[in-house]
Amino acid sequence: MNDSLVIAGKSYGSRLLVGTGKYKDFDETRAAIDASGAEIVTVAIRRTNIGQNPGEPNLLDVLPPDRFTILPNTAGCYTADDAVRTLRLARELLDGHALVKLEVLGDPKTLFPNMPETLKAAETLVKDGFDVMVYCADDPIQAKMLEDMGCAAVMPLASLIGSGMGILNPWNLRLIIDQATVPVLVDAGVGTASDAAIAMELGCDGVLMNTAIAHAKNPVLMASAMKKAVEAGREAFLAGRMPRKFYSADPSSPTSGLIGS
Amino acid sequence: MIQLIINGQPERLEQALTVHALLEVRQLAGKRLAVERNGEIVPKGRHAETLLADGDRLEIVVAVGGG
Repeated sequence: MNDSLVIAGKSYGSRLLVGTGKYKDFDETRAAIDASGAEIVTVAIRRTNIGQNPGEPNLLDVLPPDRFTILPNTAGCYTADDAVRTLRLARELLDGHALVKLEVLGDPKTLFPNMPETLKAAETLVKDGFDVMVYCADDPIQAKMLEDMGCAAVMPLASLIGSGMGILNPWNLRLIIDQATVPVLVDAGVGTASDAAIAMELGCDGVLMNTAIAHAKNPVLMASAMKKAVEAGREAFLAGRMPRKFYSADPSSPTSGLIGS
Repeated sequence: MIQLIINGQPERLEQALTVHALLEVRQLAGKRLAVERNGEIVPKGRHAETLLADGDRLEIVVAVGGG
């Protein structure tokens, strides 16, 4: 069955997108990403050391851009201007690569998105030719605004970034999914495999996660679990779940032919 | 002598260098990085011809682990 995820005109076999932060070292990063089967991996853009530490290993040597689709993010940006500058640097760094993850944060305690600044940055980036995957609030109205603006994917949080609290508002996610004509990915909040499966069963097109894998006791094993959970959730969504029956059971075995009857 | 701000730090150069020469001196030439000068990207193809001037503010960035 061909069931690829299409983002900005490009097809991907995996619906699991993973971050590259919080790992012990680059060996663990690469091993976990390989186990996850992810094709799209997020990276952050930061100032380099300017000669104090020559020979420092480079993440893109571990995750070569000819093998993975690198998704630069704007983590840590609190204004539209900083996010746009960061992604212009990322495009230069990645030789003109247009697919980016926009996130403009509102406050350091919750890392909740600042939606007015997010909308402003998205508009500028879309006009500038970027394919924008955008971290946003689970607000169907603003998700629609981002879509109408030309964003390549909308990525509502399921719960706070790095919290592992899971899918807190499945109803809002469903509202966003049901109206969307671009991919909807849950970005942030997944804690364990069942959370990823629930997101996919709701009809999400994909899931983006970092901490749930990197901060598991065994990140490589959790990456493998997440791969299966996303696949299982997707298949369950496509299969269509049985209707829920409240207050009445329905036996699975025949009711006739019982002995002694 | 010129004074620059590189990645937020004040730096002095004995003479005006090109972006490329600065990267060589700092052992960063050939690495995967991107340079912004006074808020504008300096494309890789122009590193060798872009001469730094007194008061320039540079940002030199790389990809790091992130989510």
